[in-house]
Amino acid sequence: MKYKVFLIGIILLLQMFILLIPASFKNALAYQDTLEKIKNTGVLTWGFDAEGGAPYVFQDPKNPSKLIGFEVELVYAIARELGVKVQHFQNSWDSILLSLQRGDFDIALNGIEITPDRKQSVLFTRPYYVYTEQIVIRAFENRINSLDDLHGKKVGTLYNTVAKRMLDEMGDVNVSTYSGQVEPFKDLLLSRIDAVFVDFPIASYYAASNPQLRFIGQPVGEGYYGIAVRQEDNALAEKLNKIIEKLARDGELKEIYKRWGLWGSLQEKLFLHEGLLQRYAEMPPSISDRVPITITTFLPTLLKGALVTIGISILSMMLAVALGLFLTITRLYGNKWLQKISTAYIEIYRGTPLLIQLYILYYGLPNIGITLSAFAAAILGLGMNYAAYEAEIYRAGIEAIPKGQTEAAQSLGMSRRLTLKRIILPQALRVAIPPMTNDFIALFKDSSLVSVIAMVELTKSYSILAAASMNFFQLGIITALLYFGMSYPLSLYARRLEKKLRHNDQNK
Amino acid sequence: MIKINNLFKRYKEQPLFNGLSLDITKGSIVAIIGPSGSGKSTLLRCINGLVAFQGGYISINGYVLHGFNEQSYNKADVEITVKNIRKKVGMVFQQFNLFPHMTVICNITEAPIHVLGISKAEAESDADSLLRKVYLEEKAYRYPDQLSGGEQQRVAIARAMAMKPEIILFDEPTSSLDPEMIDEVLSVIKELTHEGITIVIATHEMGFAKDISTEVVFLEKGKIVEHGSPKEVFCNPQSERTKTFLSRFVKIQ
Repeated sequence: MKYKVFLIGIILLLQMFILLIPASFKNALAYQDTLEKIKNTGVLTWGFDAEGGAPYVFQDPKNPSKLIGFEVELVYAIARELGVKVQHFQNSWDSILLSLQRGDFDIALNGIEITPDRKQSVLFTRPYYVYTEQIVIRAFENRINSLDDLHGKKVGTLYNTVAKRMLDEMGDVNVSTYSGQVEPFKDLLLSRIDAVFVDFPIASYYAASNPQLRFIGQPVGEGYYGIAVRQEDNALAEKLNKIIEKLARDGELKEIYKRWGLWGSLQEKLFLHEGLLQRYAEMPPSISDRVPITITTFLPTLLKGALVTIGISILSMMLAVALGLFLTITRLYGNKWLQKISTAYIEIYRGTPLLIQLYILYYGLPNIGITLSAFAAAILGLGMNYAAYEAEIYRAGIEAIPKGQTEAAQSLGMSRRLTLKRIILPQALRVAIPPMTNDFIALFKDSSLVSVIAMVELTKSYSILAAASMNFFQLGIITALLYFGMSYPLSLYARRLEKKLRHNDQNK
Repeated sequence: MIKINNLFKRYKEQPLFNGLSLDITKGSIVAIIGPSGSGKSTLLRCINGLVAFQGGYISINGYVLHGFNEQSYNKADVEITVKNIRKKVGMVFQQFNLFPHMTVICNITEAPIHVLGISKAEAESDADSLLRKVYLEEKAYRYPDQLSGGEQQRVAIARAMAMKPEIILFDEPTSSLDPEMIDEVLSVIKELTHEGITIVIATHEMGFAKDISTEVVFLEKGKIVEHGSPKEVFCNPQSERTKTFLSRFVKIQ
């Protein structure tokens, strides 16, 4: 009987797998060739990340349901040439090539720099844009005049970009990495960083019109954006190459780039000279591609991230424990107003997402003149959030102490304060330790959320490495193991404590 | 020494004491008997300020606690009065209420050190002699959960004695003990009666009450039904209620 149940279970599980498989391979199975598929269905599916921002692809501020940007216009021009419609596919920029490989969309076109390591996993068309990297500084900054002056400075850039790799290779630049394009400029204005080093189109859109910021130095690190397609889609790549050439010859590309303030001598070079494709193919690999990602390069990065994770977790837990205790005592024993304030604090912090709290702390507070460093904001954010949970644990602990304990202490002449300090809290904390340990494990994992405020801890280190190397699987397993290796001893400890407490209770 | 005058106490709108008065003279040993729910425990708790009451007053050695509905009630004064009263009045509870996170000796020295400000060494030598009096000197460094109920209650008595009180209130000290442990606690209490301390004890141990007390109060539904010497109350009760109540115990004995 037992075997039968087991067998049926296995069969059901296998069936589920079989049902799942076609879902991911459907596109590839139905059409051998993507170009053929696009023509037959009349739809070109385009992968991009609108969160990446202006001037590439972004929501029209006047009409958020509409996407605008120079790449939007380019894609629609391409689709028109193909005689098909465009279907949008929003995808996180970090994993855009991975999703392309998986078959989520036909082309990835979103400021993707053509680099030899990416060419190993996808096929690029001929370049549609020549980019350079641009240094942006505050208008009154006078220490920085060129790329060399960035040594030893705090410089903001974007994840997984050529600019980031250039900064890394300079060695002693203190690099802050962001996933959004607005944030580095915000932090530059707040003097959290000394300079921003990003692709020219981004600098042009966000900083050129701001009188508090200025460009400095010659454009450096010339490179190309290309349209990425799957490796086997040679026919599609050929077709796209012809369309790009045609758009360039017709002057339509020039029109588009001019509208977005992106037309310059560099683009002229790209489109007015024949044989550029040839020249591009012969180019030596850029500096950034000399270091392949191997265990010797990624393990130190991950371990460094793990150290940051541990540091943030311990410091924010210390804050949570202390602030939580203060909240509980004011809530249980404070005057009417203190009670109301503590209760409100606990409810608000438990009732709103930690992510929003972190955003408000880091990007919101500067609006009222309080500028916190990323590290301080991370610890405050996590600590203040967990304080609300700790407060509830202490309250439960205090309320679990029998009334007789207070009566006995008071009958001995102990004041309320002394009773709390000597009799109630020591017992309540004993009850609270196992749930506190569990909370610490949860906080430990929640610490990955602080990556949104430019903190590079373990999870962020992983996603940067994984996006750069396209190795989400093995790196993911290693990162998960690192987390597990840190949290498992804690849960063992929590379990032992719980057992010990239960044992003590049984002895009574 | 203790004067309870016209005590009014309501509990959840239910009147518990409706003008109760009782005088207790210094050195007397008063047994309060009566059925469960008659107000014995609450009366003891009113005396040392653990429970507030609406009307009347309780005076202990000149410190006066007023009911909080009285005009003479003053919240600021109450705290000081209660503090002073508790220095003179010790209490032993039905559930012992030892501090489980402290050893026996620390349970005893806790209040002398932190409330009276006595040095640790002095408090510990006092505690040693108290532990000898309750026959537990070898259990000084045990934790409460390592002791039997009878032993815990004897520690609780030593803990109350460590504050050198003039009055000790016992709230049914043997009611949650196994029968074989009752005697060891009662004999310790009996020895206290020779030390000149005023004792008020709420109890169901009629034989013991008759044996040690100088006065017996029979309380029922918050009213003093009978008050007199043990001989008067036990051998010649005046009211029918007392007779019925006592007859149950006589039958068992």
